[in-house]
Amino acid sequence: MRTSFVWVANGMAGLVVAPAALANGWNMPVGVSDLSQEIHSLHMTIFWICVIIGVVVFGVMFYSLFKFRRSRGAKAANFHENTVVEVIWTAVPLLILIGMAVPATATLKKMYDASDAELDVMIIGQQWRWRYEYLGEEVAFNSSLSTPRAQVRGEEPRGEHYLLEVDNPLVLPINRKVRFLMTSDDVIHSWWVPDFAVKQDTIPGFVNENWVRINEPGIYRGQCAELCGMDHGFMPIVVHAMEEEEFDTWLAERREEAEQEAMGVDREWELEELMERGEGVYASICASCHQPEGQGSPPAFPALAGNQRLLDDADWHLDTVANGVPGTAMPAFRSTLNPVELAAVVTWTRNAWGNDTGDAVQPSAVVEKLAQ
Amino acid sequence: MAPKLPLHHPVQQSSTASDAGQASAHAAPPRGLMRWLLTTNHKEIGSLYLIFSLTMFFIGGIFALVVRAELFQPGLQLVNPEFFNQMTTMHGLIMVFAAVMPAFTGLANWMIPLQIGAPDMALPRLNNFSFWLLPVAFTLLLSTLLMPGGGPNFGWTFYAPLSTTYAPPSTTFFILSLHIAGISSILGAINIIATILNMRAPGMRMMDMPLFCWTWLITAFLLIAVMPVLAGVITMMLMDINFGTHFFNAAGGGDPVLFQHLFWFFGHPEVYIMILPAFGIVSAIIPTFARKRLFGYASMVYATAAIALLSFLVWAHHMFVVGLPLAAELFFMYTTMIIAVPTGVKVFNWITTLFRGSITFEPPMLFALAFVVLFTIGGFSGLMLAIAPADFQYHDTYFVVAHFHYVLVPGAVFAIMAGVYYWLPKWTGHYPNVKLAQWHFWLSVVGVNLTFFPMHFSGLAGMPRRIPDYALQFADFNLVSSLGAFLFGASQLLFVAVVILCVRGGEKAPARAWEGAEDLEWTVPSPAPLHTFETPPTFQRHEH
Repeated sequence: MRTSFVWVANGMAGLVVAPAALANGWNMPVGVSDLSQEIHSLHMTIFWICVIIGVVVFGVMFYSLFKFRRSRGAKAANFHENTVVEVIWTAVPLLILIGMAVPATATLKKMYDASDAELDVMIIGQQWRWRYEYLGEEVAFNSSLSTPRAQVRGEEPRGEHYLLEVDNPLVLPINRKVRFLMTSDDVIHSWWVPDFAVKQDTIPGFVNENWVRINEPGIYRGQCAELCGMDHGFMPIVVHAMEEEEFDTWLAERREEAEQEAMGVDREWELEELMERGEGVYASICASCHQPEGQGSPPAFPALAGNQRLLDDADWHLDTVANGVPGTAMPAFRSTLNPVELAAVVTWTRNAWGNDTGDAVQPSAVVEKLAQ
Repeated sequence: MAPKLPLHHPVQQSSTASDAGQASAHAAPPRGLMRWLLTTNHKEIGSLYLIFSLTMFFIGGIFALVVRAELFQPGLQLVNPEFFNQMTTMHGLIMVFAAVMPAFTGLANWMIPLQIGAPDMALPRLNNFSFWLLPVAFTLLLSTLLMPGGGPNFGWTFYAPLSTTYAPPSTTFFILSLHIAGISSILGAINIIATILNMRAPGMRMMDMPLFCWTWLITAFLLIAVMPVLAGVITMMLMDINFGTHFFNAAGGGDPVLFQHLFWFFGHPEVYIMILPAFGIVSAIIPTFARKRLFGYASMVYATAAIALLSFLVWAHHMFVVGLPLAAELFFMYTTMIIAVPTGVKVFNWITTLFRGSITFEPPMLFALAFVVLFTIGGFSGLMLAIAPADFQYHDTYFVVAHFHYVLVPGAVFAIMAGVYYWLPKWTGHYPNVKLAQWHFWLSVVGVNLTFFPMHFSGLAGMPRRIPDYALQFADFNLVSSLGAFLFGASQLLFVAVVILCVRGGEKAPARAWEGAEDLEWTVPSPAPLHTFETPPTFQRHEH
């Protein structure tokens, strides 16, 4: 329930803001949820208050600088204190601020109320991607930057959504309250989608709660908003918000795929299948550090192509990918990749770029390994 | 600008006089390097701080130019992301701890004894020690860039666990360098408080002191209160990294958010430590060149004290998106909004000082006036940031970068340069070259606004902080910012030129170098002799 103050301010702001809102490359987006619009209004209100105060204050200042120049013959007056004036210009700003605090408090209370959500999504920040898990649905996937590094290096022309595109966007329904449960597997990241006005730090060991109700279908893009290491600038967020029936269909399809994947753990996989799957996993998960041709970036990111220890010790290889190397930049991927993906990417690495071991690592072997 | 040793040093006279009741006899002062290593003179130590600070401004500035060169266009052209993160981190650390703070300390050392009529600081040998800790601290910090794994790369705010579990090996040396710098600040603060409370000229009450002394007195109390907290948090980091503790590691039962509370409990008062002396400098300059007493001296003192007290109650406004409980979020929003009030009062008082004055526009005044306008703009973006719901959209974007650079660059740094231009005649006996100073001023104003104004827009449009590459819609803003940054950086060479030329020569300045200048420092010769106020002056206060 908006206070009348916010209505009036909104009205005034609307008159002058409409052009500004259109020039959306310059201003905060109005966004696609009720809360994002309230936040935009608060932003414009405080902005105009600052503009008005600035005009008045700088007006007096520049008037004085002009009118009371010595070169114009101005003679300095003698006054140097006035308690009444001091009280007035302390009290008036205080009242203006109290006026701002009231609607700001109301909006903040709404932002904190994540109750009665219709869908819960777990968001996990990792170096350097996001993982999304639809709670209660067995649907989970990683979402990594899909802009080719060649574009970053300027070797290819940059696409329209340069640095703001991912392989697997988060898919959400519109018109339903979605609750986010947010955490991290390593350092502090921050999940931010400007069109939702949702930003929350994802902190290892903590679960933060936030929510959105999206009013408009569309594709909404955001970025990690807390310095998290080397690729902080390269872990964007893409949300695909769709009509409710479309979403339900999508979710059902993903649920089926997850079931298939789970069953796939038990069967025997052909080398070609593992290689095909593994190539995709490598490109989206491993290539940013170990490079597309496995050449790495030593010493921080070892080469995998021709890596003697890797070639000789398949067990160590799998262990490294699953459990990471503490004290280095190599994380444990067991919570990011399922056994099929782990088996596939290890198989790929053992056979690509001339490594040619001929090894096919089975998902069932990975399951056994993880249980150790 | 170091005062020349006078031809007839007092020592030579006292060695021929009877020793009853004479000033203590000491050996002839050393010359050359040892003179500077061993000096206990507040003027020489002031100059050491200022020269150190100017050097560090250029080093920190070069780091910023590496950042802005990479951000000139989309894509990664010049540096890799790991090194970029070191550049942003070191730029912040150097500017905060090695440039701005030592500059204000240098001005304090030079001017506080002169303004209160004291012969030196209360603890001259401690003063020497406080200074010489800094080159040690920052040589160590800069050397981390050359260590295996590189230097600090986790932002000047060094949040855990990025700065503990995931940090490069050099982090232990970063912590040591901050400890050393912190000790320097604490000892300097003790010295300033002891000096101001004990060594004012007879007849000078607290409420008669120049405002620069008040703002530094209050700043010194802030330093003593919060530098130990910084020392505590970096020691906890040291233990997490080296001794297996888990202060900030959730897996061990610790809390990464605790780091942020501790850091910002230091960090917020720290930013007031970096601005209160600036308020004092501007409060000296504007009355001088408006030829009118500062309006509302008492209010200015109370407002400064109010800002300092409130600064302890606002820290979590840096943590609005961390997941604080609602009550805490609201509390910090309210206190942050309130702190705008005394700050506004100060701006109103400066402007009322101008109103119906008789104003001229010498270089110190140009910088002081630019401070009032541009710091206020920084204050406005600060007020917007205080609105917690809106902050969810501003936090960790370039909007914040715009805010703090406005209050720090055309804020604190312009005030420092204003102070230098203002007091150079006292230090050297010459007026700074006006034409060069005007060029420096206008190029700096244009440069600073070209650099930082577009950042408001790129932040609002969605550009996060601390990224080495960005989406295409931010390209134009970044282009302008980078051009502005190089213009601003290059213009500071003019400042160096003005200072060097002024030390060597220029139009001679009398004791009262500026017609409207009122405080005690303008009663001693220009340049000020090495020893001043060896006998306390008679202080005439204004009738109230």
